[in-house]
Amino acid sequence: MADHRSDLWEREDTPPEGAPAPQPAPPAPPAEAVLLPALKDAVLTGIITGLLLLPLVGFRATESGSGPLTLTYRFGLVSVFAGLVMVLRLVLNLTVWRPGRPPRAKSAALAGVSQRIAPALKPAFFAFALLYPFIAIVFSGSLSLSRYWVDLGIYILTYVMLGWGLNIVVGLAGLLDLGYVAFYAVGAYTFALLSSSVPLNAFFDAHVAEGFWASWSFWVCLPVAGLLAGLWGIILGFPVLRLRGDYLAIVTLAFGEIIRLVLINWVSLTNGGAGISSIPPITFFGVPFNSGDDGFAAIFGLDYNSMHRMIFLYFVILGLAALTALATIRLRSMPVGRAWEALREDEIACRSLGINTTLTKLTAFATGAMFGGFAGAFFAVRVRFVSPESFTFMESAVILAIVVLGGMGSQIGVASAAILLIGGMELLRNLSFLKADFLFGSDFDPSLYRMLIFGFAMVAVMVWRPRGLVANRMPTIFLKERKAVSGALVKEGHG
Amino acid sequence: MAEAASPSPAPKSWDLNPLLKVDHLSMRFGGLVAVGDVSFRAGRGEVTAVIGPNGAGKTTVFNCITGFYKPSTGRLALMQGCPATDAELDALTCGGLASARTAAGTTYLLERLADHKVSSRAKVARTFQNIRLFAGMTVLENLLVAQHMSLTQAGLINPAALLNLPSWRRQQKQAVDHALYWLDKIALTARADDPAGDLPYGDQRRLEIARAMCTRPALLCLDEPAAGLNPRESLELNTLLLAIRAEHETSILLIEHDMSVVMGISDHVVVLEYGRKIADGTPQEVRNDPKVIASYLGVEDEEEVEAVAGVHA
Ligand SMILES: Nc1ncnc2c1ncn2[C@@H]1O[C@H](COP(=O)(O)OP(=O)(O)O)[C@@H](O)[C@H]1O
Ligand SMILES: [Mg+2]
Repeated sequence: MADHRSDLWEREDTPPEGAPAPQPAPPAPPAEAVLLPALKDAVLTGIITGLLLLPLVGFRATESGSGPLTLTYRFGLVSVFAGLVMVLRLVLNLTVWRPGRPPRAKSAALAGVSQRIAPALKPAFFAFALLYPFIAIVFSGSLSLSRYWVDLGIYILTYVMLGWGLNIVVGLAGLLDLGYVAFYAVGAYTFALLSSSVPLNAFFDAHVAEGFWASWSFWVCLPVAGLLAGLWGIILGFPVLRLRGDYLAIVTLAFGEIIRLVLINWVSLTNGGAGISSIPPITFFGVPFNSGDDGFAAIFGLDYNSMHRMIFLYFVILGLAALTALATIRLRSMPVGRAWEALREDEIACRSLGINTTLTKLTAFATGAMFGGFAGAFFAVRVRFVSPESFTFMESAVILAIVVLGGMGSQIGVASAAILLIGGMELLRNLSFLKADFLFGSDFDPSLYRMLIFGFAMVAVMVWRPRGLVANRMPTIFLKERKAVSGALVKEGHG
Repeated sequence: MAEAASPSPAPKSWDLNPLLKVDHLSMRFGGLVAVGDVSFRAGRGEVTAVIGPNGAGKTTVFNCITGFYKPSTGRLALMQGCPATDAELDALTCGGLASARTAAGTTYLLERLADHKVSSRAKVARTFQNIRLFAGMTVLENLLVAQHMSLTQAGLINPAALLNLPSWRRQQKQAVDHALYWLDKIALTARADDPAGDLPYGDQRRLEIARAMCTRPALLCLDEPAAGLNPRESLELNTLLLAIRAEHETSILLIEHDMSVVMGISDHVVVLEYGRKIADGTPQEVRNDPKVIASYLGVEDEEEVEAVAGVHA
C-alpha cells in the first residue's frame, strides 16, 4: 500500500491564494537610467562570449596533407560573434527586457478578430486541404510538375494523422508514449505481409476472381491493419499501464525498439533488414492506375498520367486523417473521452468516481494505436516498400514533437505543428540560396544544418509558447457559452 | 470497548439500522499502526461524524472504506437495502465473495472490492482533504465525468454515442439535467462553463461534494469539507449537507474539525485518537465524555486558531 502514499498523502490545507491583483504599471524610469545598465550588461555579455569562443572558434587546427597540423587564428571571427551577441543583447535590454515595460496586453481588436476568425478556421483549413492538389497543379504549371508538391502534401498529412492519433494517447489521456512508431510499423507490416502474400493471392484467385487480391488488398487490409495495431496497443497496454510517468515512457520506448528488432531479426517472416518490396500499388476501388484499357485513365476518359495515383493517394490520406479527427471529436464528447481527460487531470479522483482507470487507459492506447495502424498501412501502399529502417525511434520523437509543439490535446494545433515541422524540415532541404557567394559560399551544404536550424526553431517556439501553439483547451460541452480553458489550468498528465 | 459497558444500553439507531459496519479495522504502515482495531456503525440516513486530532487515523479509515487502501485486518460491510444479520455477514466473509445479493438488498465487503468498484457498485462516494477537482475541465464537465458509470452502461465505446443518435442525445440530456440539479443546489449554475480550477476555494469544496453526489451514492464520505472555509462558506456548506440529508437517501460519513459543524448536523459521533476509538455516541454523549474532553476538545481552540489563521494567511 505504500505506493499510494504519495497520492493520498494529505498536504497542509492552505486555501489557494486569490489571483494576484493586477499591479499598476510603475512609472517608466528615465532613459539614461535604462541605457547605462543596458550598455554595461551588453558589453559584459560580449566579453564573456569572446572569452568563451576564443578557444572554441579562435584557433583552428587543419591537417595539411601528410604534414603536421597547422594552426590558423580566427580572432576576427570571434570578434564578429562577440559583437553580434553584444548588439543583440543591447537591443533586447532596451526593448523586451526593458525594466518597467508594461506587460504587453493583447490588443482588444486583435482578440476580437481572432474570436471571429476562430469558427471559420477549421472549415477553411479543410477546404484548403481539399483543394491543395489543384492549387499545386495550377501553381506548378502542369500535372506532372506538381508531383513534388502533392508528394509533400501526402507526407505532411501522414504526420498530421499520426499526430492526431498520438494526441489521443498523450494529449487527451496524458500517457507519455515514446513508442508510437511501433503501431505505425505494425500497420505497415500487416498490410505489406498480407498484400504480398502468395498463398492469399492464390486463394482469392481461385475462389473470388482473378487478380482480386492485387487490386483490392489495400481496401481489405486497411481495417485489418488498424485492428491489429489496436490489438497490439491492448497487448502492450496491459502490463505497461500500471506504470506511470517516466517509467511508462521508458517501457513504451523499449517496446518500439523491440518491434523494430523483431522486424529485423525475424527474417523468415519479414525478410529482415532488406524489407518487403512486392507491395501492390493502390487502386481506385479496384480500378488500377495504369495505361491499360481497364485503367483509371481510360475509364474516366483522361490521358494517362502517373500523377493520378498520387492525387488519389493524397485524397486517401486526407480521408483517413479526417476520419481520425472526426472520431476524436466524437470520442472527446463521449464519456470515454471525458474520462481520458479526467484521467489526465486527476487519476485518484477518477477512481473515486468509479471509473476503471486501467480500462480507460487501455481504450486510449488502443484507439491511438489503431489510427497509427491505419497510417502505417497507408505508408506501405504509398511507398510500396517497407523496411525496419522506416520505424526508428526518430519517428516516434518527431510525432511526439508534433503533439507537444501543437499544444497537447488541440487538433488544430497538432495539424499546424505537423505542417510547420514537416513542411519546415522539407523547406530547409531547399535552402540553396544560402550557397550564394556573399553568404556561405558554394561548398556550404545547407541540408547538413537542417537539424540544427530545426532544433533552434523548436527551442524558440517552446520558449515563446511553452504550452504549444494552441495552449487552450476547448470544453466538450457547454450550457450557455463555450469558453476556452486557459492552458495554465490544464494538466499534462503524469503517466 | 469500555464505552460499551456504560449504563442505559438503549439501542442506538445506528445499531438497529446500519448502512456501514466497520469491524476490527486495522491499518498498519510498516511498524506504524495508523488505525488499530476500530469498530463502529454508520446509520442509514444519518450523518456520522468521525473526529479526532490530526494524525488520529481518520483519513486512513476513509481510504480503507473507499478502497484506496486495503486494510491490514478487519471487515467493512456496506448493506444496501435491508441490513444483513451478523450471521449472514460471517457467512459472506467466510465464503470469499465480495458481495451477496438477497431479496432484501445487497451486501458488499468493501475491503474486497477494487477502488473503482467501491464507487461504481457499492455506491460509496468521497471527497478529499486536499480538493481533487478536474481543474482544467469546466464545472459542468466535472459533473458529467461523475456520471460516467451511468452513461457507459451500454459499453465504454457505445455506437449510439459515437454516431450521436437521438437515443444517446436523450441520455446525455438526462445527465446534463442531473448535473444542473446539483449545480442549482450548490448555487453555481452561473459558472457552469468556467473551469473548475478558477472557482474560489469554498465553491470548489461544494463542487467536489456535488460531483460526488452525481454518482448517486448510498454513502457519501467527506474528508474535512469545512477545512479552510470562511464562516460564510462554512454556513453554505452546512446548508448543503442538511439539504442532502433531508432530500436524499444518501447517508453521510464526515470527518470534521469544526465543532460547530459536527455538533450542528451529526446524529452520531465517533472519536479517534492515535488510531483507536475512544468514544462513540450522540453528539451530547461525546461532548460530555471525560476522555474526549481530555484528549480532543482540549486542543479544539488551538485547531480553530489554526483554521482561522489559515483563512487569513
Ligand atoms: N500512506 C501512508 N503511509 C505511511 N503512513 C501513513 C500513510 N497514510 C497515513 N499514514 C500515517 O497514519 C497516521 C494517520 O494519518 P491520517 O489518517 O492522515 O490522520 P488524520 O486524517 O486523522 O489527520 C499518521 O501518523 C500518518 O503519518
Ligand atoms: Mg486527514
